[in-house]
Amino acid sequence: MAVKNIKVRTMAELTAEGKKAEYLFWVGSAGSYDDRAKKISRAFVKILEYCYIDYAVLGEEETDTGDSAKRAGNEFLFQMQAMQNIETMNMYEVKKIITCDPHDYNTIKNEYPELGGNYEITHHTQFINELIKTGKLKVDDKIFTGKTITFHDPCYLGRGNGEYDAPRNVLNSLNGNIVEMHRNKSRALCCGAGGAQMFKEAEKGDMEVFELRTMDAIEVKPDIIATACPFCMTMLTDGVKLKEKEDSIRVLDIAEIIVESLGI
Amino acid sequence: MIKQIAFIIVTLLAAAVFAYSVSIIVKNVKLLKKAYPINQHSKRFKLLLEIGLGQNKIMRLPIIGFLHALVFWGFLMILFGSAEMMIDGLLGTERILTFLGPVYDIFMAMGDISAYVIGILIIIFLFRRIFLHIKRFGGVEMTHKNHVDANFALSLILLLMVSLATMNIGYIKSTDAIEGIYPISSIIANMLSGSHETMHIMYEASWWTHIVLIFFFANYLPYSKHFHVFMSLPNVYISRLTPYTQMTNMDSVTTEVKLMMDPNQAFAAQAEGEEEEEIARFGMKDVEDGTWKMYLDSLTCTQCGRCTSVCPANQTGKLLSPRKVVKNFRERMNEKTPGLRKDKSYDDNKSLLNDYITPEELWACTTCNACVQECPVNIDHPPIILEMRRYIFMEESAAPSLLNSMSTNIENNGAPWQYPPTDRLKWADDLSININE
Repeated sequence: MAVKNIKVRTMAELTAEGKKAEYLFWVGSAGSYDDRAKKISRAFVKILEYCYIDYAVLGEEETDTGDSAKRAGNEFLFQMQAMQNIETMNMYEVKKIITCDPHDYNTIKNEYPELGGNYEITHHTQFINELIKTGKLKVDDKIFTGKTITFHDPCYLGRGNGEYDAPRNVLNSLNGNIVEMHRNKSRALCCGAGGAQMFKEAEKGDMEVFELRTMDAIEVKPDIIATACPFCMTMLTDGVKLKEKEDSIRVLDIAEIIVESLGI
Repeated sequence: MIKQIAFIIVTLLAAAVFAYSVSIIVKNVKLLKKAYPINQHSKRFKLLLEIGLGQNKIMRLPIIGFLHALVFWGFLMILFGSAEMMIDGLLGTERILTFLGPVYDIFMAMGDISAYVIGILIIIFLFRRIFLHIKRFGGVEMTHKNHVDANFALSLILLLMVSLATMNIGYIKSTDAIEGIYPISSIIANMLSGSHETMHIMYEASWWTHIVLIFFFANYLPYSKHFHVFMSLPNVYISRLTPYTQMTNMDSVTTEVKLMMDPNQAFAAQAEGEEEEEIARFGMKDVEDGTWKMYLDSLTCTQCGRCTSVCPANQTGKLLSPRKVVKNFRERMNEKTPGLRKDKSYDDNKSLLNDYITPEELWACTTCNACVQECPVNIDHPPIILEMRRYIFMEESAAPSLLNSMSTNIENNGAPWQYPPTDRLKWADDLSININE
């Protein structure tokens, strides 16, 4: 085993060298700034490096997609953000994008085309699933043997864009015991963060949505709650803390689980 | 002959009232904004087969969903006989469709069985509604009037089925050369005794009762939550086909943002500007800012409550109920459109926002789309919520303060948090990977 340092390249750097990357890794605001989500970005980059994927990021040229602004009702801000990003990506002639954030995935996939941004975007769970399917990534898992893992579907990946299988396929490549919560796939309960809820206080109620969803997960007695969205990550991590289960249950992103299994 | 004239008069009367109700709806639709073009007909036809005829979304609750599907399929079978009754009535004929032979026999047999099956199911549904405490039939938005409406509609259907059954029994007992097959009615007829005349009177009375009930039911529906009988299939056909989580683009904003980003275009745009439609306001304050889809959705809703029962906000005790949002839209349309139809600028100093739906409800939505997923007839709840949020944010500047801070942060730093844009790549610092040599 050897340790190799990773230098994440930006599109600007590559262009200066007269090069181009096949994929743009869209990090997103959460993946760039949120402490917990940053670890997901780091884990995913390790997978990209491990599989020799030709990728780059926008770095300081990336700005918020505007997903939350749009859902809060601020269409002006959303479109300004969108147009700025589209201008940047079109300048670099970006064709293929990968992201760990289902909200940005949804926005770029569905809402950018009308504003002039047409890209082929893949969610990182879909990307990892393809790597495994095509044999570029071999998971010979010993780490998760006998561990109970349950997957929480992010609304913007599942119900929103119909992707239920890719994250499950990735988990099934492990030796873990994959169990479903009683509400799963199209019936999955939201974590409570979508639609800009992440950035505001919850309205008055009996409990927070993330608490209810965490209770769903705890019901199946998991060792690991797997998810694939930075917002779901925040919510479920808070839920596990609230229920004082942080000693027995870990909340991990699919990318982090793969990195752990590979031992990279 | 007298029967024929009487029938024609009754039919014309029912048709006239129905046409009036429909014309009001058409006028109301014209008051509203465009939603989206109805294209991709093959895709829509497929939806109609799966969600409509196949009833696959209602069967997400398998038991009660299947029972509902039986009622729906039974209705379709009975429709054949109803159509024949209409033609017979208008032309003064007797069982005009018998020339279809075996096809006729099959439809009549299916219709006869359906009458009993639906009748029994309606009794179960009524029992469920009246005696069992079904959580999703409750909720703040469900008034006493709504419950009466539901039970009344069910009772009408029950009467329709009873009259159909007695009609078939009367027919069998009073006719020598029976046309069509009536499996269940035949068994019951065999157990009954009664003179030829009595049975003929029962047949005639049932025939009239059944047809008059159909006319009454049809004209009651436009004013009932049970209008879904008419609206469901069309509403499935005109479903929004884009991914659930895709929010509409506001073209009016696009024009302005493009001008802001590229002032050189300002002159070109000004020349075009004359043709542009006048923008009343951003987002939706009241129903006339809404789209025809919102209205047709609201007319389709039969208040089953599946949406609210899966709503994360509602399940955690928040005020939001997707069913209420859709229901309120129809209620407000009923209240305001009589005035709006006369004068497009009619104002009664009330609005859908605040007087019907409060900001607290709107801000509880996580846009998870569980409501849309669950609706058996593809009602699209979130656009109503999100259009009202747009109004609150862009016209009233009255969004929750934390969302304003979020917006300010995005404007200043390009991120919803207060971090400098120069830190955007910091997550990648000191990153390394273990590799096998």
